[in-house]
Amino acid sequence: MKRNVPLLITALGGFILIIAYFIPATQGWGEVAAIWFDILASIAFILGGGNLLKIHLKKISDKRVGWAYSAITLAAFLITLFVGLGKVGVNPNPLYPDYGLSGHYREIGSPFWWLYEYAFKPLTATMFAMLAFYISSAAFRAFRAKNIEAILLLGTAFIILLGRTFAGVYLTAWLPDWMSGLKIENLTVFIMSVFNTAGNRAIMIGIALGIASTSLKVLLGVDRSYLGSGED
Amino acid sequence: MKTKFIHIIFLAFIFSGMNVCLQGQDVPGPGAPGNLSASDHPWDHGEKIDLEWLLSKDDPGTVAFYSIFKSDPANPGSFLFVGNTDPGVNRFTIEKLNREESYFFKVTAVDDSGNESEPAVTLTAISPIRQWFDGRRFPLFIITLIFCGSVVYWIYHARSGRPLQIRKIAGLEAVDEAVGRATEMGRSILFIPGIQDMNEIQTIAGITVLSRVAKVAAEYDAKVEVPTSRSLVMTAARETVQASFLTAGRPESYNQDLVYYVTDEQFGYVAYVQGMMVREKPAACFYMGAFFAESLILAETGNTIGAIQVAGTAMPAQLPFFVAACDYTLIGEEFFAASAYLSGEPDQLGSLKGQDVGKIIVAAGIIIGVFLLTLGTIVGPETSLGTAFITAAEYLKSVILT
Repeated sequence: MKRNVPLLITALGGFILIIAYFIPATQGWGEVAAIWFDILASIAFILGGGNLLKIHLKKISDKRVGWAYSAITLAAFLITLFVGLGKVGVNPNPLYPDYGLSGHYREIGSPFWWLYEYAFKPLTATMFAMLAFYISSAAFRAFRAKNIEAILLLGTAFIILLGRTFAGVYLTAWLPDWMSGLKIENLTVFIMSVFNTAGNRAIMIGIALGIASTSLKVLLGVDRSYLGSGED
Repeated sequence: MKTKFIHIIFLAFIFSGMNVCLQGQDVPGPGAPGNLSASDHPWDHGEKIDLEWLLSKDDPGTVAFYSIFKSDPANPGSFLFVGNTDPGVNRFTIEKLNREESYFFKVTAVDDSGNESEPAVTLTAISPIRQWFDGRRFPLFIITLIFCGSVVYWIYHARSGRPLQIRKIAGLEAVDEAVGRATEMGRSILFIPGIQDMNEIQTIAGITVLSRVAKVAAEYDAKVEVPTSRSLVMTAARETVQASFLTAGRPESYNQDLVYYVTDEQFGYVAYVQGMMVREKPAACFYMGAFFAESLILAETGNTIGAIQVAGTAMPAQLPFFVAACDYTLIGEEFFAASAYLSGEPDQLGSLKGQDVGKIIVAAGIIIGVFLLTLGTIVGPETSLGTAFITAAEYLKSVILT
């Protein structure tokens, strides 16, 4: 029962939406289903918040390794929740001056806005900036000329990287017009538009067929592993 | 009644205008196009009208192009410019019309000096009609039927007990190895099901791989930790892991607190997982789902702590990062085949065989398209045969495959 009902809903919803795609009068149903999902996900967010509290409170109470991080997480969570939901420091909307909560929660200068601008955004940017270092270390490992494939990869990467710089353009600028195809910037364009595009498309075709096949397995109930055991 | 009245006024206005022109002085310009007719565009969403007219007597000759106009429903009596067609062309499809409105149309011939002929006007108003089936998607419908039919056929074929050959996928063979290694080292296994929600098919594919990983972990009595970035994924992952422990005969070892929610925020989630990896040093890391910029941060951190790493995603931009940083990577299609491959169930293996029919259709489309374009180029686009080949290739690309 616990498995059959979700399976039935999935199959019914999925097949109806597939058919709706081919019928003009029902082509908007996909958007309605997406809205339903958003509502469901919003409700599930409460579940997530509850779980977050439970896990971190347990970690703090057990004094497990890194419990201080849990304390910081909980403090940040509760403070943001409080100033956001309570619209702390937000002025009322001029149209409804008598209602204290009528202002916008992200009003410039409000504590919630301040947390977003001066805590959340810099932290996110810091994490993203770390990517540059990781790209360097991954590239260093990937471009080691260990075998024929790695040498080809290294050579191609060298051309592409050089072709995207002024130095690369300058280095081959002396080539005559009849050899312009060998200019590094043109080689870069050729590699990207022929080899890279062909490889990408092959992967994309495989992905598209894989998605269609997996969706069908889910709709037909052939693959039920994501539905759990079915025991009540 | 109101609409009829507007139509009568509208027609009276047009004919009185035409009369004035006809009785007045000779207007310089090409001869007028004639017999303009409008009809509903077939198999569409109800937003197109097809126009057809007789060419001007000066075409071929002084006509440079034809201008097409539609009536403005908001302003009866006036027309809005829609577009131009080349001389010699006597058909035009007007798009983006409103089904709730009725339209008149007019076409004029224009010469090089910009002189416009008398208009050819439709005599009755017409509204576009929405059909019950979208004909533009008919080729896709047929392809969908063939593909789905083949998947279903091969599932039934596999159920009959006939053996199916599936090639080995190194990344999936490594699942047991990775879990075994974690058990030997007495460390945990980390499973990341991507950062998208349950409406993403890659997340579902990731969760199906999780069921296998959790089952092997349960058999080895290893610890599987699943931090998720969506609440619904957490719920689904909990159900899956619990079912796997039950199947492995160790329901008492299941700990639901090991499958937990972190945050919806991409980099907040990454910061947590990265910190956890550095502190707890899991022996095996699985990344199965939809990933974005966080893919390399996670995989490189895993590499730094010396974990055995298996990744699978259908995000082409993230694949090079996983290939560079992980021990095994399931590329696109292999990732979706994982569930069938790992389960070994005939039903699921049959679906993989059905997928091959889709590949044959795609390969046939590519070969036919390349063949037509090559022939068109060899024969020459200036010849009628060459044009026919190129038009056929264009039809394949723009109509059948769109």
